[in-house]
Amino acid sequence: MKHADFHHALKILKEVCIGCTHCMNICPTEAIRVKNGKAELIDNRCVDCGFCYRVCPVNAIIVEQDDFNRIFEYKIRVALVPAVLTGQFPDNITTRQIHSELMELGFTHVYEVEQGVEVLHETMTEYIKKNRDTKPLISAFCPAIVRLIQVKFPALVENLIHLKPPLDISALYFRRHLVDDGHDKNDIGIFYITPCAAKIAAVKSPVGEKDSPITGVINMDFIFNKVYTRIKQGNGDSCIVPEIINMSARSVLWSLTNGESAHAAGRCMAVDEIHNVINFLEQLENEEMKDIDFLELRACDESCAGGVLTTANRFFTVERLKKRATLSEPEHDKKKQGGSKNIIHYKNRLKQKMHLQPVQPRSMLKLDEDMSEALKKMKRVQEISKCLPEVDCAACGSPNCQSFAEDIVQGYAKLNQCVFVQRIFEKKGILSAEESFNIMKEIWGSDKLDKNC
Amino acid sequence: MQFEYEIEGGNFSRAGYASSEVKKRLRQLNVDLQIVKRIVVALYEAEVNVVAHAYQGKMIVEIDEKKILLVLEDSGPGIADIEKAMEEGFSTASAEVREMGFGAGMGLSNIKKNVDHLEITSEVGEGTRVEMITYMNKGR
Repeated sequence: MKHADFHHALKILKEVCIGCTHCMNICPTEAIRVKNGKAELIDNRCVDCGFCYRVCPVNAIIVEQDDFNRIFEYKIRVALVPAVLTGQFPDNITTRQIHSELMELGFTHVYEVEQGVEVLHETMTEYIKKNRDTKPLISAFCPAIVRLIQVKFPALVENLIHLKPPLDISALYFRRHLVDDGHDKNDIGIFYITPCAAKIAAVKSPVGEKDSPITGVINMDFIFNKVYTRIKQGNGDSCIVPEIINMSARSVLWSLTNGESAHAAGRCMAVDEIHNVINFLEQLENEEMKDIDFLELRACDESCAGGVLTTANRFFTVERLKKRATLSEPEHDKKKQGGSKNIIHYKNRLKQKMHLQPVQPRSMLKLDEDMSEALKKMKRVQEISKCLPEVDCAACGSPNCQSFAEDIVQGYAKLNQCVFVQRIFEKKGILSAEESFNIMKEIWGSDKLDKNC
Repeated sequence: MQFEYEIEGGNFSRAGYASSEVKKRLRQLNVDLQIVKRIVVALYEAEVNVVAHAYQGKMIVEIDEKKILLVLEDSGPGIADIEKAMEEGFSTASAEVREMGFGAGMGLSNIKKNVDHLEITSEVGEGTRVEMITYMNKGR
């Protein structure tokens, strides 16, 4: 299908894929089809939510990360870690211990992403005040949600808060901070330890930004395994004692569900898990809910604690972060943290760089750019749908009867791929059993049909 | 291109289904986003009206390159004074319906604001017919 210029972190390993349809059935944007017994990704529909990665029974779907050794191309090697990283580990392993192990692995600095939250929060509060007439304003925190709105709810693009997420703000800040410390900017490599695929896609092909301030992205499960192995094997008595900058409770909890909505003014709501979000937005569009001021939407259940690259049970992660938040320093002490290099001192400079370019809608739904053409196609879809069984068995290689009918009209599938239509055609003498058999082979590969039953 | 959807009176859990289906179709046809937004608001309002007041009804949608015609027909109590019903804030909704967040008396005036043409005909004790038209090239 139409190839668009989007980087996707999710890749399907053809040699491993068994063409089982689990991924196709769960995909919230119907971005997967099965051909020749293998799952195929439709680039301009995929929003990198990673739900396919979660359900694949044979690990044929991978999240493509940067090679870890790339960090050594830089003299200053920064690990930018989200607060949920600490939440992956048992309670007795401290944040300091985790950060010191990261430095043992080769990083020269370890910073937490949520350092950027306080500055963002201040700017966001002003932004919401200024744009009060747009209701609801939708947070652009979760990159999978931004993409979902672009492809599936194009009319809501203008409701997105055009401010960068904490990740980008922190990366800008730390880069600045290190340059001010006398480091050459070309020597600095900032590597984000990501809990999800969507953030990788956002770094590699940013929406509303020219380029990303982040050098590379490394998967959180990979880092977790490395660090936890070192600790388990007793290498945990590292002599490096990194400086941990205290964060406010708000910052610690920002990436969790209600992390943002708890601090926005007016009527605020938080919805997590992408299918829930889709249902909610469908309803929102119908009812013109004029009285919601702020919406926090996250693709994963329990937000970043439930990211596809996390290892721990998400509820334990939430518990641990909540515990940490209660230990955070009260807000009026925040100026003490980090001394003169504190992010607060960079506030004005950061604020100038915090805004996103307008996010463009790119609806995946239209049958054709030209409306009269689209009308013709829709008529055909309607006619074809009458022939289909509405069983949504997916044996045709499309996720359901409706998308199959659309695939036929767009020229990506043929009506005789439907097993029910095949039986009807066979009865009418239009199709032979042999031909039906070969059609199924084309969809599902010969492996599945060469069995001795 | 024509679509038809049944609407069940009194079943609020299904209210909005027909509107959502129409919205999907309009998006597939690449209809201007602002037009879709307005139509869906009007359509949803009208659909909820049928659910709230009538016993049963149907929604008929006719789309061509120039316009979208939406007709909602129901068998129900009808509207005695259509002019009065169009006034903002006028409502005959029961306390039960109001409790669910519907029936604020903004329905018909809200519909009128969001379509280019609105015509309501009704017979008390028989039912109501609401016809709405939105033109494609308007508001672009």
